[in-house]
Amino acid sequence: MAVRTQQAKKKTKKEFIPNIVVFACNWCSYAGADNAGTNRMQHSPHFRVIRTMCSGRVTPGFVLKAFKLGADGVLVSGCHFGDCHYIFGNYKAVEQFEKTKGLVKTLGLDLKRVRLEWVSAAEGVRWANLIDEFVGQIAELGPSPLNHKPKYG
Amino acid sequence: MNTAVEQLKKNRAFLCLECGKCTAVCPISKVNNAYSPRRLLAQGLFYGAEDIASDHLLWSCLTCLLCSQRCPVDVKYSDYMRDVRAVAHNMGHEGNASHGGALHYIMEMAASPKLKQNRTEWVTKDLKVKQKGDTLYFAGCLPYYEELFAKDFSFSPVSIAVDTVKILNHIGIEPVVLDNERCCGHDLYWLGRLGQFDELAKLNLKDFEQAGVKKVITSCPECAVALRQLYPERVGTGGPKVQHIAEVLAENKARLKLGEVTREVAFQDPCRLGRFMGVYDPPREVLSMIPGVTVSEMAHNRKGAICCGTTNWMNCDSCSKQIQKSRFDEARAAGAGTLVTACPKCQIHFRCAQCGEPEEKNGLELADFVNIVASALKS
Repeated sequence: MAVRTQQAKKKTKKEFIPNIVVFACNWCSYAGADNAGTNRMQHSPHFRVIRTMCSGRVTPGFVLKAFKLGADGVLVSGCHFGDCHYIFGNYKAVEQFEKTKGLVKTLGLDLKRVRLEWVSAAEGVRWANLIDEFVGQIAELGPSPLNHKPKYG
Repeated sequence: MNTAVEQLKKNRAFLCLECGKCTAVCPISKVNNAYSPRRLLAQGLFYGAEDIASDHLLWSCLTCLLCSQRCPVDVKYSDYMRDVRAVAHNMGHEGNASHGGALHYIMEMAASPKLKQNRTEWVTKDLKVKQKGDTLYFAGCLPYYEELFAKDFSFSPVSIAVDTVKILNHIGIEPVVLDNERCCGHDLYWLGRLGQFDELAKLNLKDFEQAGVKKVITSCPECAVALRQLYPERVGTGGPKVQHIAEVLAENKARLKLGEVTREVAFQDPCRLGRFMGVYDPPREVLSMIPGVTVSEMAHNRKGAICCGTTNWMNCDSCSKQIQKSRFDEARAAGAGTLVTACPKCQIHFRCAQCGEPEEKNGLELADFVNIVASALKS
């Protein structure tokens, strides 16, 4: 038994499973993810979705907190331009994301670790493909250099 | 319980006479009736630190030291606030954060061992910097501020770093600029995250030792106060000598060759430079050396100067805005056209207060001390 668990551990050590945080807007992207699920589209399970009311709500603080807590990649997803439930929320998201990118770059992280995408409620297929692609991309980059457990409480 | 008693003893809180001078001078109390240093301290004395730890007013204190200065029995109120915040942190309270906490997360991530930042893009070819040497220029958070604030407030925070190095080159100093300089930890200290602060302090001192640094120059008073006073207090003495750029220039006045710049300026004393380190005259001396610059004093100046209204990226609300606007009024009343400060954070907060106001109502230009000096340099 002990040998078996050891082997299992060795196996998982070799294979890097990325921690990915996805911020999805309530009106399009979250529904898009739902669509992928209800249509039973096979895609990578290595991501955690956090629903926000709008992609414009995702400020640099959100993304940086995700990295601080050990994320290897962060995806922000909202409605296509013109589709936004709040009319201009996704333009705000672009503005915030520019700042996020600047901070992530200054922190020395690869810019490929963050991404802003638009997925509508009908685009389940696009969601599944996007997640697969992003997970692959992060898996290639390896663990985030900022992913460490501090000693203090 | 014992630690709470220790805290009260260490910060001399037991000695409080309840005279209320602290509340009378507190810039927050002036604009927010709910907040009173005296009341908060009394609450801590009667009910213990845990009681005020969950009070949101705990995060209102600017730690500007104005109250401690007026206190007849020298109660260290700001230090008491820091200790209670540490208690709050251990209880799981995150505290307040402006800008979605982005800057706090950067500070926390700065202690990561594998951190490899991309922060020296501001070093242009005309600036002379080294990798190893005696004197280090500690740029602090400026590259991060550039990304967060440059666009919104149409000014460039890294211009402060560029101008500082320009001035240092001018007086014959070629500073070391570290590629992977970590945060000084000042804000984490005042937020009560002392474990994280200690870790950063140790890492920074190790980096300084590796680069062979004997003296550190900063353009931010918060970095200066952290490296000069807080590191010896928390992790032991023996670090390099630390000076703010204003002190360096006041010592090297003879080497400054300055041309004419016509400006009426008022100097905003940053609390960390003034009340914490007692540096009042050097920036004023250097500014008045520039031909054409007249330095006028605001109603509250030097030891009685009022804080810019926000600290540690923690408390930003309508109270901060009122404090900032009253500061503008004082500068205008003093006849100044430019409000000069020696702290990048003061400038960011002031610029934020000016946002959305019509220009004729502002009527004030904002500049950093080093920007003014650099614009007057004769090549």
